[in-house]
Parts: sequence; C-alpha cells; structure tokens
Amino acid sequence: METVIAIALAALGAGTPLVFAALGELVTEKSGVLNLGVEGMMVMGAVCGFVVASESGSLWLGVLVALLAGAAMAGLFAVLTLTFQANQVAAGLALTIFGVGASAYIGLDYTSVALSGIQPVHIPLLSELPLIGALVFSLDPLIYLSFAMLGAVSWFLYRSRFGLVLRAVGEAPASAHAIGYPVIRIRYLAVLFGGAMSGLGGAYLALVYTPLWVEAMSAGRGWISLALVVFATWRPLRVMLGAYLFGAVTIIQFHAQAMGVDLPSQLLSMLPYLATIVVLVLISRDIKTVRLNAPASLGMSYHPAA
Amino acid sequence: MFRLEARPQASKSMRYLSPLIAVGLTVGCGIAFSVFIGLHPGDAFHAFFVAPIDDLYGLGELGVKAAPLMLIATGLAIGFRSNIWNIGAEGQLTFGAICGGGLALYFYDSESPWLLPAMIAAGALGGMAWAAVPAFLRTRFNTNEILVSLMLNYVAVLFLSYLVHGPWRDPEGFNFPESRLFPDAAMLPVILDDTRLHLGLPIALGVVALGWLFVRKSFIGYQMRVAGLAGAAALYAGFNRKRMIWIGLLSGGGAAGVAGLCEVAGPIGQLLPSVSPGYGYAAIIVAFVGRLHPLGIVLASLLMSLLYLGGESAQMELGLPSAVTGVFQGVLLFFLLATDLFINFRVRLVVRAPSLIGEAASPWKP
Repeated sequence: METVIAIALAALGAGTPLVFAALGELVTEKSGVLNLGVEGMMVMGAVCGFVVASESGSLWLGVLVALLAGAAMAGLFAVLTLTFQANQVAAGLALTIFGVGASAYIGLDYTSVALSGIQPVHIPLLSELPLIGALVFSLDPLIYLSFAMLGAVSWFLYRSRFGLVLRAVGEAPASAHAIGYPVIRIRYLAVLFGGAMSGLGGAYLALVYTPLWVEAMSAGRGWISLALVVFATWRPLRVMLGAYLFGAVTIIQFHAQAMGVDLPSQLLSMLPYLATIVVLVLISRDIKTVRLNAPASLGMSYHPAA
Repeated sequence: MFRLEARPQASKSMRYLSPLIAVGLTVGCGIAFSVFIGLHPGDAFHAFFVAPIDDLYGLGELGVKAAPLMLIATGLAIGFRSNIWNIGAEGQLTFGAICGGGLALYFYDSESPWLLPAMIAAGALGGMAWAAVPAFLRTRFNTNEILVSLMLNYVAVLFLSYLVHGPWRDPEGFNFPESRLFPDAAMLPVILDDTRLHLGLPIALGVVALGWLFVRKSFIGYQMRVAGLAGAAALYAGFNRKRMIWIGLLSGGGAAGVAGLCEVAGPIGQLLPSVSPGYGYAAIIVAFVGRLHPLGIVLASLLMSLLYLGGESAQMELGLPSAVTGVFQGVLLFFLLATDLFINFRVRLVVRAPSLIGEAASPWKP
C-alpha cells in the first residue's frame, strides 16, 4: 500500500507541470493559434522562477516571476505571429531555440544552488484519512492550483460567454471578425494565457518537483504537453488525465529496478517519448476524431485587413 | 497612424533583403547586449566575428562547422518547401552517426578503402531509417510529423548514450563513456593542411548541388514546390501527397545521417555521448535564413558556423558562456520572421480624412 501511494504521488507530481502547460496550450489552440514554443516558455519559466526564488528567498515570488516570464515569451510569439503574421510553426521553433539558449545563459550561476522547494500542505483532519488523506489532502499548493485551473479553464471554455467567443475565433476567425469581435486581441490574450501557464509548469519543475535548476531541465515536457493536447482531443479533463498517465510513465523508470526490471537507465528514460508517439498514433489513426475536435483555423494566420 | 497593407504582389527584393536586415538587427542586438553587460562593443564584435576566423585554422573551422549545417539544411529545405516539418534532424544525425560509427567499430582493425564509403552509406541509411518512422506514421496513421520527429530526437540521443555507456564502451577506456577511436581507414581525410577541414565540406557542397537539381529540375521537385505554394492546387492536380511526405522526410533524414557520420568520422573520431552541438536545430534556422535556396543555405550555414565559433571565442576571450550562441540563433530567427512581414505587406501612413467623401478621394487610398 505504501509503495502504491508513493508511486501515485510521484505520478501526480511528474504530471502536474504537464497539466499546467497543456491546459495553457489548449486555450491557445482553441483560439486558433498553434504555439510550438511551449518548451521554450516552460524552461524560461523554470529558470526565472528559480533565480528569483533563490535571490529573494521567496518561493512564491519565484512562481509569480515564472508566470510572467512565460507570458513575456508568449508575448514575443504573439507579436511575431499575430502582428507580424509570421508562420506559427517557425515562430514556435524560434521561441524554443531562444528559450533553451537564454535559460542556459540566465541560469549559469545557479546550477549548484539548492532550494528547499514548496512543501506540501497537510489539511487538518482530512489529511489523516486513510488513503485519500495522503493522495488528496496532503499535496503541495501548486497541485491544488492545477486542480483549480482545470475547473476554471473548463468553465471558461464551455460555460462562459468569453469562452464561446474564443472558440468561435478559433473555428472561424473571419466570421468572428465580421460579427465585430476583435480576433487579434482575443488571440493575443489566449497566447499570453498559454505562456503564463507554461511558465507555471516550469516553476513547478524548478521549485517543487526537483527543486533545482539544470540546463534544459524541461527535457521535452513542453513538446509532450503539445502532444497531450492532441491526445486529449482538445478537452480539458482529458488533458489532465493524460498528464497523469505521462507522469506515471515518467516515474516508472525510478521504480523499475525495485520491480525487478533490469534494463539500462537510458532505455527506461526513452519511455515517455515513445509513449508520446504511441498515443499520438492511437489518437490520430482515426482522421475524423482529430478533424472534428481540432479548432478549424488552428495554425493559420488571420489578418483582418487582408 | 500606421497601417499594414497587403502588397498586390509579394516583394521580390524584400525576399532577399529581409535575411540581410535580420542579420544586421541581430548583430545590432548583440552589440547592445554587450554594452548592457559592460563590455566594450568593439571588443565583443572582434571576439565574436573577427577573432575566430583571422587565420587559416580558423577559416578551416568555419568550414568544419558549416558543412553539417548546409548538408542538413539542404535536406530539410526539400521538406519545408512543401510544408513537411521535419524537426527531428538532431535525432536523425545521431542515428546516422550510430549506424556509420558502428560500422567503424565493428571493423576497427580494417584498412580497407571501402570502409569509409560504406560508413557514409550506413550513415545516410541510418538517418533515413530514423526519418522513416515519422514518414510512415504520418502517411499510414496521419500522425503529426513535427511531434513524432521531435520525440525521436530524445530517443536517439538516449540510445547513443546507452551504447557508449554499455556495449560499445572502449574496453581500454578506463570506464569513460566513449567508444574506441576509429581506425585511420574510417576517418575522413583532411583536405587542407594545418586545419581540421575534412572531406565533409566537399560532400556537403555536392549534396547542396544535388538538392538544387532535385528541386529545380525534377518533376517531383516541381510538384513539391507547387504543394508548398498552393496546397489545394496540388491536391486538385492529383499530385501524390504521400510520396511527397516520404521524400520530404527521407531527404532531411538522409542528409542529417551523413552529417552525423561526417562529425564522428571527422573532427570527433569516435562515438561520444553527444555528437552534435545542436546542428539539427540550428540547420532549421539555416534553411529559413537561406530562404530554402541553395546559395542562401551555403551563406547562412557559414553565418551560423561563425555564430558557433564566435560563441566559443567569446567564451575564451570575454568569459561569456557559450549558451550565448543559442540566444543569438533564436534572435536571428525572430528578426527574420518579423522582417518577412514586409514581403507580403507594406506599412502605409494613413492620413485621417476629414469626411467620407474626402477619404474616397484621398490619394492615399488605392
């Protein structure tokens, strides 16, 4: 029982950065913008959060700065693709290349710094319940925030007027523009939100999960988040479940030896990447599932005056 | 007020000017940055762009690093032209190095003149095999090739790491994660004395020429260009999209595989846990900055190679971390994408007219 709880908690922790980043990217994509720069935004969030937290001593200030750093990176992407009409695929790649390089530069003096990290909160009484006490009521505050974000994003997209407009912009920008909605401004906001959430995912990595700074520590999690959005067919709850599934795959490698699997660590480390490919194949095998669920204008530039 | 206005026709001159403007802006940005961190801008410029290539050895290094970049960028450009996004060149490079290098390790006491050609072929096939995975999944299961090819980068690097930590580790290497050194027959000959410039550069230039022939002179190359410019037209004409996807991905994979082999059989001379300083990603930028055009790619790869060398030199002379190179690569692509706006749009100064009639008659409005 103890090990099952330990594994479930570890999977929850490993999945949470993905929850943040993928939920953010989901909102961005729902507005019709494909931002492939999640990896770059995430790693910048991680490094900025870590540097500020270790300089100021305040972990929460670090989280806030990570959020802002992610949003700033997304702002760069938004200016390029929405104002300057650049190709979204190329701009996203540029964002990732820039983010990985810039974060390595910023974090140079911090690779050997240790932080205590954000600690779990034990909710009085409830945390003493068997099983769910440990699994639900003794988590760190950012996991609770990720639960809240899932609720907020689901409500926003499917229950609020703004969410409806945002989805309309993603499905048919020309029609939304004709009715009088500011397509570009809405897309700006969606991209910035996605960036802030990616930054938060990075903060979780650097301030809770590890907690330390290693060059390129996001290690493909941004890309996996992108795959998760497709895997989840653009639905928030499935994004979260998928993220925990990937969290579980990620931590298998640390428990494999205890379970008697004698494979070299490098081969076990391939698992999350291979699993990503497998789930992508499974979901896109049926062309209709993707076509029906993907925002219709995803990845296409829209310029009202043109 | 400034307003963006679509040009009636894409500007040809801007198409070729915008990379130059982007390079200029990147250099300007770099100088501003060096002033910001308290360096003399002249020193920084010298360390980054002059010192690395002020002697023959330096010029040789420029070629050593430009060769894999132009090779990969040429292969990638064929796919990019028809909107096939292979961003897995880093993994294809690594797998090419594994396949070609594995041959050298297997025949480590060979002196056969056929070893090197066989290794190059193995490198190309290895890169193509790695690229065949996204190609197959895309054509058979409609799986996004961007994500699959990217994921395989991590897999290939981990696989190489496993090999040099485990089965392929040098038995006399004091447990360092390195393979044994390749035999002389497995090494690309140096073509310029007193430098490290090796046969990889002529090979790369040859591939650039082949790439140009393919895109400009072959029918399938023409089809792929059409598909990139007007997808619907290509579909209507009945061009085989699956074949394009295969060719687009395999050309990038094959070129990257050869580049990887040229690295391990050239400057490195053995298999190490990491065989590339991100050439697979930098080549994407090279392809864009070079406008997917052969001459442009050659020039852009020289520039990108200079950025790598400049990063190393700035590290030695100014104590700047070599991560600066990655920052400048990203900035360069940012500026290029931003200035590309002016190929299809122009900025117009809009003068507010006093009335509707006045506006209609205004010479500012077409």
